[in-house]
Amino acid sequence: MANDRVHLKENRFIPLHMPAPRTLFDKVWDDHTIATRPSGDALLWIDRHFVHEGSHHAFRQVAGKGLSVAEPGLTFGVADHYVPTRGRHEPIADPAIAQMVADLSANTSRHGIELFGISDPRQGIVHVVGPEQGLTLPGLTVVCGDSHTSTHGAFGAIGFGIGASEVAHVLMTQTLWQRKPKRLRISIDGKPLPGVGAKDFILAIIAHIGADGARGHAIEYAGSAVRALSMAGRMTMCNMSIEAGARCGMVAPDETTFAYLKDRAFAPKGARWDQALEAWSALSGDAGAEFDREIRLDAAEIAPIVTWGITPEDALPITATLPDPVHAKDPSRAAAIQTALDYMGLTAGMKLSDTPIDRVFIGSCTNARIEDLRAAAGVLAGKTARVPGLVSPGSTAVKVQAEAEGLDRIFIAAGLEWVDAGCSMCVGMNGDLARPGERVASSTNRNFRGRQGPGVRTHLMSPIMVAAAAVSGRLTDVREMLP
Amino acid sequence: MTPVKHVSGPAVALALASVDTDQLIPARFMSRPRSQGYGHFLLHDLRRNGDGQLNADWPLNRIEDAKVLVARRNFGSGSSREAAVYALVDAGFGAVIAPSFGDIFQSNCVKNGLVPVRLEDHEVETLIAHLLAEAGAIIDVDLDQQTVRAAGHVFRFSLDPVWREQLMNGWDDVDVTRSFSAQVEAFRARDRARRPWARPA
Ligand code: SF4
Repeated sequence: MANDRVHLKENRFIPLHMPAPRTLFDKVWDDHTIATRPSGDALLWIDRHFVHEGSHHAFRQVAGKGLSVAEPGLTFGVADHYVPTRGRHEPIADPAIAQMVADLSANTSRHGIELFGISDPRQGIVHVVGPEQGLTLPGLTVVCGDSHTSTHGAFGAIGFGIGASEVAHVLMTQTLWQRKPKRLRISIDGKPLPGVGAKDFILAIIAHIGADGARGHAIEYAGSAVRALSMAGRMTMCNMSIEAGARCGMVAPDETTFAYLKDRAFAPKGARWDQALEAWSALSGDAGAEFDREIRLDAAEIAPIVTWGITPEDALPITATLPDPVHAKDPSRAAAIQTALDYMGLTAGMKLSDTPIDRVFIGSCTNARIEDLRAAAGVLAGKTARVPGLVSPGSTAVKVQAEAEGLDRIFIAAGLEWVDAGCSMCVGMNGDLARPGERVASSTNRNFRGRQGPGVRTHLMSPIMVAAAAVSGRLTDVREMLP
Repeated sequence: MTPVKHVSGPAVALALASVDTDQLIPARFMSRPRSQGYGHFLLHDLRRNGDGQLNADWPLNRIEDAKVLVARRNFGSGSSREAAVYALVDAGFGAVIAPSFGDIFQSNCVKNGLVPVRLEDHEVETLIAHLLAEAGAIIDVDLDQQTVRAAGHVFRFSLDPVWREQLMNGWDDVDVTRSFSAQVEAFRARDRARRPWARPA
């Protein structure tokens, strides 16, 4: 029937009653679209919202409008950014921090929002806790006033960070206005070399496309090497999507996802679980769904990667030498390289593995899950760290688990400090900072100037690479230490 | 919010790429209430020497009444902290010009009446060269015409139509959304039946 078909510009005929093939992102987006403006902006329903101590600006906006929280049951509070990682049972010494933590309690309790507060066994970094508690599920929209909310996309959710005004908007309406991003698929196929994992994948991608390379895009990570990752690895990749400038990052849910979620505290149970599984199984992209952009990488070609500069795109294989501004493609890139080398106290042409370090940090929403701690402890077992350092598990539950497995004793025996869960030295808001001029090997996500304290130089890498650096006192190829 | 149609005034160049929101306002200042003003914290560490004194060579430290900031690519990347925009607005800025912006930062700008203007790389370089020669030179950003004028140059930019409308009318998102409350209600009811599993157990 000729009038039952539309003519697409690709010269293919598709029957009208057959919807166009959609990507995972399209499906979740469409499922949440309440209304669309002529401009294409969509009003989206928000399924999960997380607030933390930094949300005080947003709560003040709500109070200023005299409005209440539309859906208190869909927002959860977590104390993570400012909480001390030592002496949890004592009152918080710094009055400004004590106030932030108290304000979060007051704001959440005033509006009937459940809080995983400082002494709650469910406390931890918001992007570790959401998945751990089964709050993050496939097919949901998840937002938080924190850019690394992209982490939750590992479950096949659309997760993205928002500013304080948007946090206030979600509190008041449980919705958000968003422009639909373009779709970028990044496929990694093949088998990675030993010692190479999710953190190296994502750093390789950012180095390849740039810190704004995915601007305006929703990334879907695909390919056999991504499929083979645990949920922890997928979260590491999605977490750093924002460092490539993306709106969000996603991985289609599969058996690995479902097995992770089964029986988690807030995950659906019984008949609801069965309904959910059915819905989740339909979420993968349709055959023939189109992406606006495609990038392919071969896992076997990726080496352990470290950053040398002051944006995550300044990343190189550990076997590389530092770039020379003389060879930069244009004057503004040359200036950027020189600025980065100056801040980092490094010299062009130097071997990365000749860089001595002063301190290590294993923690953050990127790499402080139990799998990360096990892997780092594997490298450190029976060895001594040459530099001081801190290990802060991603959540209190991870801490309990790690202690049950004896990982804490390995870190302590190596000479590192084992502390409570929180953002800690990833951002240093709680006072966990390095000293000016110090060079830190860090499992975190941002090597911005001053991120770990004024004048501090941060090198990003995987937790096992941090462990290797701790043992040798310099940036080190962890493969030298693997059995 | 006050409608913004036009931003015109002294401009300063920040000839750096990837000035992230951690630079725009270091984390340690964000516990303060906005009512205390965030202008002092703008680029706090970057504009100071190691001894904590303001670096006199920094254009930002010389031009007190700057209204327009010009920077290189990936401006405002990183953390979602809206405080980065508060710092710019409280310091008197009405527009920022760069070849690309951090996504969340850009949207935070619009929510606070700060105009994010994207120009081509070479156009930004022209403006930077002009401002390095003459710090505080006047730049004029016209939202209606979508033009940037400086030293005889006229550059066109295009801003997302919704953002432009919002800025020019001074609209608040929450008010716009409340005009959709019937659709939101209908969606909520339908969604509860369709995805019962989506609520926390
Ligand atoms: S661990 Fe670091 S990146 Fe993650 S939420 Fe905390 S401060 Fe942000």
